[in-house]
Parts: sequence; C-alpha cells; structure tokens
Amino acid sequence: MSALTITDLHVDVLTETGPKEILKGVNLTIREGEVHAIMGPNGSGKSTLAYSLAGHPKYVITSGSVLLDDVELTKLDVTERAKAGLFLAMQYPIEVPGVSVANFLRTAKTALSGEAPKVRTWVKEVNAAMDQLGLDHSFASRSLNEGFSGGEKKRNEIVQLELLQPKFAVLDETDSGLDIDALRIVSEGVNRYMASGNHGTLLITHYTRILNYITPDFVHVFVDGRVIAEGGPELAANLEAEGYDRFLKMARVDV
Amino acid sequence: MSALNVAEAVETVASHLHPVASWDVADHPMPTGLEEVWRFTPLRRLRPLLTEAPSDATLAWSEHLPAGATSRTVTVREARLLTAEAPIDRVSALAAAHSGGARVIEIAPNAELAEPVTITLTGQGGVVWGHTIVRVGAHASGTVIVRHEGSAHYAAKVDVVVGEGAHLTYVALQDWEADAVHGGQTSFRLGRDSQVRTAALSLGGDIIRLADTASYDGPGGDLQQFGVYLVNAGQHIEHRLFVDHNAPRTKSLVDYRGALQGEGAHSVWVGDVLIRHVAEGISTYESNKNLVLTDGCRADSVPNLEIETGEIEGAGHSSSTGRFDDEQLFYLMSRGISEAEARRLVVHGFFADIIRRIGVPEVEERMLAAVEKELASTLGTPEVGQ
Repeated sequence: MSALTITDLHVDVLTETGPKEILKGVNLTIREGEVHAIMGPNGSGKSTLAYSLAGHPKYVITSGSVLLDDVELTKLDVTERAKAGLFLAMQYPIEVPGVSVANFLRTAKTALSGEAPKVRTWVKEVNAAMDQLGLDHSFASRSLNEGFSGGEKKRNEIVQLELLQPKFAVLDETDSGLDIDALRIVSEGVNRYMASGNHGTLLITHYTRILNYITPDFVHVFVDGRVIAEGGPELAANLEAEGYDRFLKMARVDV
Repeated sequence: MSALNVAEAVETVASHLHPVASWDVADHPMPTGLEEVWRFTPLRRLRPLLTEAPSDATLAWSEHLPAGATSRTVTVREARLLTAEAPIDRVSALAAAHSGGARVIEIAPNAELAEPVTITLTGQGGVVWGHTIVRVGAHASGTVIVRHEGSAHYAAKVDVVVGEGAHLTYVALQDWEADAVHGGQTSFRLGRDSQVRTAALSLGGDIIRLADTASYDGPGGDLQQFGVYLVNAGQHIEHRLFVDHNAPRTKSLVDYRGALQGEGAHSVWVGDVLIRHVAEGISTYESNKNLVLTDGCRADSVPNLEIETGEIEGAGHSSSTGRFDDEQLFYLMSRGISEAEARRLVVHGFFADIIRRIGVPEVEERMLAAVEKELASTLGTPEVGQ
C-alpha cells in the first residue's frame, strides 16, 4: 500500500537575517485512498510544509524524513520528487510568459511518463480535463498562468492534477479566493482525482468551506510549525464553531 | 496616465536626443568615445566604419520582389530627396556619401503584397558602404525582410518612408558570420495614419551597432518595434532607438529582449523617446529585458523619456536585467520537468512572447528556430518539439 510518511520534519526558511525555524517536528502519514486536511491559522507554517515537501530552494530541511513509499524525498531535487509521484498545487501559481499551457502540459507529461503522449488521444484528454474544470479550450494556447484570474490559475492547477495523475497531491490553499461555483468545480476535480486511482491528498486550507465538498478522512490542526490536534471530520466542524483560539492557547502551554 | 504622473516621469536628458542630422561627413567628426552616444561602443573594433576611405567592396545583393514592388538604383544626390532623414552619425554619413548610389525598393500605392519583399545581402569581405531606401506608397500594405549574412565591415544607411494609411512590417535579420562588423542608421518616417511594425533579430557578427530613428509625417501614425538579440562571448550588440513624437495622436511601442552568454558578451540597448510640444494625445511605451545566462556578461540598458507636453495619453518605460527567475524554474520542475529543460522553456518563452507579436508566420518560425540553435550550446536541445 502506497503512503506518504512525514517523520519529525524540521524546516528553516532562509531570511535576510539568517535561517529561521518554521517547522518544528511534523509527523503525518497519508495512505492511498485518504484525504487529510491540514487546517491552521495564518503564519502557522502550512505553506512552508507544502513548499518543503516539493523541494523549494528557499526552505531547508534541517532534520526529519519524508518517505513516498520507500523513496526518501528529502534527498531528491524538485524534479525527482515530482517523478517519485508528488504534486504540489500552488497557492499562487507562477506566470511563465511565452510558454503555452499546451506545451507545458505536454512537456510535463513527457517528463513524468518518460515518453511523449500520443498526439491524438492527448489533445482529447487535455480538452476533456479543461471542459471538466470549466476552462475554454483556447486556454491551451495561452501563456502559462499569464493574465489568468485567480480562479483560472487554481482551475489550471487541478487540470494538471488530473492529467498528470501523481500518487500524492499536496493542495496548498487551493480554495483561497475562489467563489462558490469555482470552489465546487475545483473540489469535483479533486474528488475525481481521488477516485481515478490509488491516490492520496494533503489538503491545506485556512477555511472549513472546502470540506463541504471534499470530505477528509482526517483533520489535523496545525499551529506553530507542528500538528497540535488530530481527529475526523468532526474536528473541522468544531473549528468552524470555535475558531483556532483554543489551539493557539494549547500551543502556548506546550511551549 | 495622468498629467501629474507624466510630469513626475520627466527625466533630465542630454542633448543627444536632438542629433544634428547632416549629409556632410565633416559635420560628424571622429568620435573619441567620450560622447554620450558612443560611450558604450568599442570604437577600436568599429574603426573601419568610422574611417573615410573609398571601397569597391560590395555585398552580394539578391532581391525577391512580388507584384506591386519594384526596385531601381539612384545616384547619391538623387537619393537624398527620397530619404526619411539625413545621417545622424559618422557611420551613416560615410555610408551614404560613399555608397556610389542607393538602391530604392518601392511598393506602389494601394498595392497589397501577396508575399514579402525579401532582400538578402551577403558579405564578401572588405569595407562596404551602402544606402538602401524603402518607400511604401499610400494605403499599400506589405512586408519587407532584409537579411544580412556572410562577412563584411558594413556601414549602412537605410531609410524607410511610409505613405499615408499604409501598413508595413519591416524585418531586419543580422545573421552574420562571427567576424562581421555592422553599423549604421535606419530611419523610419511614418505617414499620417500609417502602421509600421519592425522586427530586428541580431545574432551573429563581432560588433553590431544599429541606430533606429522614427518620426511622423502627420497624426495617427502607429509604430511598434520589436527586437531580439543573442550575444555570445566577446560579441558586442548595440541597439539604439529614438522615437520622435513630432505629431499629435501618434503611438509607439518598443520592446527589445536579449540573452547573453559567455565571457565578454556585451549588449547595449538605448531607448530614447522625445514627446514634442505639439505631440498631444500620444502614447508611448519602451521596454527592454535582458536575461543573463552565464557569468562574465554585461548588459547596458538605458531608457530615456523627454516630455515637452503633459497633454498625452500615456508614456512609460521599463528595463530589467537578470538571471533566471527561481520561481519559474521551481514551478516547472515541480511538474517533473528537468532543470535544463525548464531553463530552455523559460528562455524560449521569453523570446516567443515577443516574436509571436511580429505577425509574419514565416519570420516568426525562422526567428524561433534561430533562437533555439543559438542557445543550444548553453541550454541544450529541446526534449520535446514545440
């Protein structure tokens, strides 16, 4: 059985005044078929977790382990982590002028599968994925993320998720800034991804809203660089009612 | 942009924005290198184009003229009456004076060219003085491609005179052998309501130093100038652009992009815009971006705006020089794309973004292919076809 196993992960972010520890011992195991929601207040280190899993150069893993099945991701570069089966849907997808969405998707698919996709079936697949996310086919010829609205960028991330079929997906606040229709469409994409294979999802969010559309198997409350409470979907309902205050107090007591 | 913002954008500029144009070589003394317009140029290497000496050397000249376009040769004296502007520097003054006559390409009024006029100029060594004039009749539309190849020390004066309501795309490809030296001036004169789009691609040669100037014969002229340059070790590629908004409701957009690789690669881009007192309601934007691919390169980028009226639609400029954007590379790599392929995609995109605006498919393909080929040594060849 496939699993993404994070063990005692410590991460520094490089700042102008030197390294600063953001993640202070994260433990988390996501098995295939599971959706884990990570919820936390601003500044708790949720996005740092997402970026360090993917290997962003700004974040330095100082100790701990991230295993995807039996592959140690922390020893790999960004490309190799993606090839091992990890996908990060970014909170702020990057604009790459002059590189068309179609060219980008084909290049990524080729890199991940080791061979160029067959032209005829691939174009159909791309078009179908765009249809399902409510993006016009003309998107394929536009420069990657350039001039896209916030919602279009997020939909485009989920198009990639569905086409590239990674083993594990990390969604970094994919719900932020989406209106209710877009939220539903994006959530359906994630649900399709989960149903389409032996996949696992780490859903990082600030709000409980998306959990009305994607039912998590586990909810983790993230405060001050670590998981401070865990539970089932009822924990999210509890957060919705009471906010993060109780957990922030717990974190302070802990320290 | 409001008048207030424009006032804030005014910069103090030297008088080089008003070059004294003259046909008399004596009015353009030998530069010392201290002059504003020459301070970036390695004068020693440009010396053959600054030294007055007659030459019999020529470029092999081949023309493809579709129906509606004709060519003829005129004397040096006749040529002056057909030009957009007198020479603004010594190189172009010498080029006109010693050309032995100018080649004139004419597109008839109202003609709509079915295919581009293509002129291929092949260097055969030696110092070559040349003068070319392109005249586009009123309401004509067409594309002119001038391709430079081979090797020579070539000083060129080029005039492009565009009639009322005409549409011209003018493409200049500098695809020289490694030891070529190419300097000179290309002057565009835009008739009332004409639309002119220019594209420059500078790849080869030892030194390329091209000064483009543009001015308007009446209101409504719309100028777009795009440029791409790839500078290798030891190479000097200099593009100087001057747009003179001397008529109301005219437009200009200049966007040049370059990549530099190898020790001693040096690019210069100077974008001057003058908005004269009469030029109310104009808009202008100038942009230059440089991508530095290796250590040891130098990119000089100098935009200047001189504004004599605040009653305009907009005026702005931007300039950036830098290495790869780490965030772009991270994004592409996080999708399994190798670092080398990610770099190649980013550079390809950097140029494709501008080349696609030229609007002539065959030119776009040729330019993209040239970019791929030129960058292959630093970035590798593509893993996937475009």
